[in-house]
Amino acid sequence: MATETHDAAGVCVDAGGSALGMPQLCADWMPNQIFWLLVTLIAIYFVMSRIALPRIAAVLAERSGTITNDLAAAEELKNKAAEAEAAYDQALLDARAEAQKIVAEAKEEIQAELSVELEKADAQIAAKTAESEAAIAEIRAGAVKSVTAVAKDTAKELVAAMGTTVDAKTITAAVNARMKG
Amino acid sequence: MLRNKRMTRVAEEKAEGGLVFHPLDQFIVKPLFGDGPVHWYTPTNLTLWMAIAVLAIVAVFVLGSRGRAVIPTRMQSLGELMYGFIYKMVEDVTGKDGVRYFPYIMTLFLFILFSNYLALIPMSYSPTSMIAVTVILGFGVFIAVTILGFVKNGTAFLGLFWMSDAPLFLRPIIAIIEVISYFVRPVSLSIRLAGNIAAGHVVLKVFAAFAAAVVISPAAILGIIAIYGLEILVCGIQAYVFTILTCVYLKDALHPAH
Amino acid sequence: MEGDLAHIGAGIAAIGSGLAALGVGNVAGNYLAGALRNPSAAAGQTATLFIGLAFAEALGIFAFLVSLLLMFAV
Repeated sequence: MATETHDAAGVCVDAGGSALGMPQLCADWMPNQIFWLLVTLIAIYFVMSRIALPRIAAVLAERSGTITNDLAAAEELKNKAAEAEAAYDQALLDARAEAQKIVAEAKEEIQAELSVELEKADAQIAAKTAESEAAIAEIRAGAVKSVTAVAKDTAKELVAAMGTTVDAKTITAAVNARMKG
Repeated sequence: MLRNKRMTRVAEEKAEGGLVFHPLDQFIVKPLFGDGPVHWYTPTNLTLWMAIAVLAIVAVFVLGSRGRAVIPTRMQSLGELMYGFIYKMVEDVTGKDGVRYFPYIMTLFLFILFSNYLALIPMSYSPTSMIAVTVILGFGVFIAVTILGFVKNGTAFLGLFWMSDAPLFLRPIIAIIEVISYFVRPVSLSIRLAGNIAAGHVVLKVFAAFAAAVVISPAAILGIIAIYGLEILVCGIQAYVFTILTCVYLKDALHPAH
Repeated sequence: MEGDLAHIGAGIAAIGSGLAALGVGNVAGNYLAGALRNPSAAAGQTATLFIGLAFAEALGIFAFLVSLLLMFAV
């Protein structure tokens, strides 16, 4: 019967090189698979337990140590930053108070100067006003006099034009009375 | 006989000239050098891919962490990620005293994970799809955990099967069920892993064979892409499940009271 | 023609994969429902979810294995 199955790779392969039955169940191959599996497992175990796992554990431990240290350092820095911020705030408050003081002083000074100047100006203005008023009064007096003279002349002319003659005294008295009235 | 029957069937398929596909051929163990018989020591394609897995693990974990940098490189952070993941899993599931067994669990996880993912490379070989391989893994875990349970707890380990908070008349029945489920553990552990990986690869191969037919090849190629994405997920999940179940069994051995 | 009977058996066994899909969907759906009710507890239960998924899926894989055996090993 199956003479050609024995000549090639084994009993579980036919002449065409394809599997007879399930290769998984071929008993002839099992010792080979088991042997190499054990070799592989032992190799992986030794690589892992001797080299890789201790190394990774060390790296992880170192990293967690580094992280702890870094966190502590960060905490310290944070505290420092908070301190600095407090100092800054204090300085800012101080500066603000100082500025306010300076502003108030300057305001006071300016106010004083201003009031002095204002007084001076007021006095000047008062003097000028008085002067002007005197001038105006003078002008007004001058004007009244001229008006009286003009009125007398006009009245005389008018009277003359009417054809009557009145002496100057009467006219002056009448004009003065009118001017007052 | 069985082989004869199979032979004739293959011959018939070939004679018909239809779709010929051999989705299981990818699992054939071949000697790397020559065409001799496969002895237990023969370097085979399985050896090659296991060696590649070992080299990949060395690349990630030894070369990657070579710098011992506090700020890790990509490779190193990949290794640290897996380390942290498995370490946390072991610690969470088994408790503080289970951490001693962390290197063994890490070895299992890495072997399964790297074998699974390397097997997704086209033309590669998937050691974790072989029943013999996963049975050794599963029964290895089972035997180690059972011995550990008896060494750590003595006969108190049998309390695992005796539910003291169940009604008295139910306890023997529950004990029988518990014993059966305890002995099914390694079987389900190994068949689950091998079955998942083998199933994914068989399905990929079947879709690949359909892709040879012109009419349905676009659909088949889309199917291959979809199944490949699913397989990427399954590979990770199976490695995770195997590892966490190992942790759960280890916890049972260390603390059989609950 | 025992071969044909074996193929029929393989097809019947493949139904088990679909049934496992029901189980997996059930596990994932219930997890999601619970996680949406109490999202804070969800993260702690992902391990349980995956264990449950693995157990549900393993039985489907058994069915698939039976199917494969019938196809290729009987």
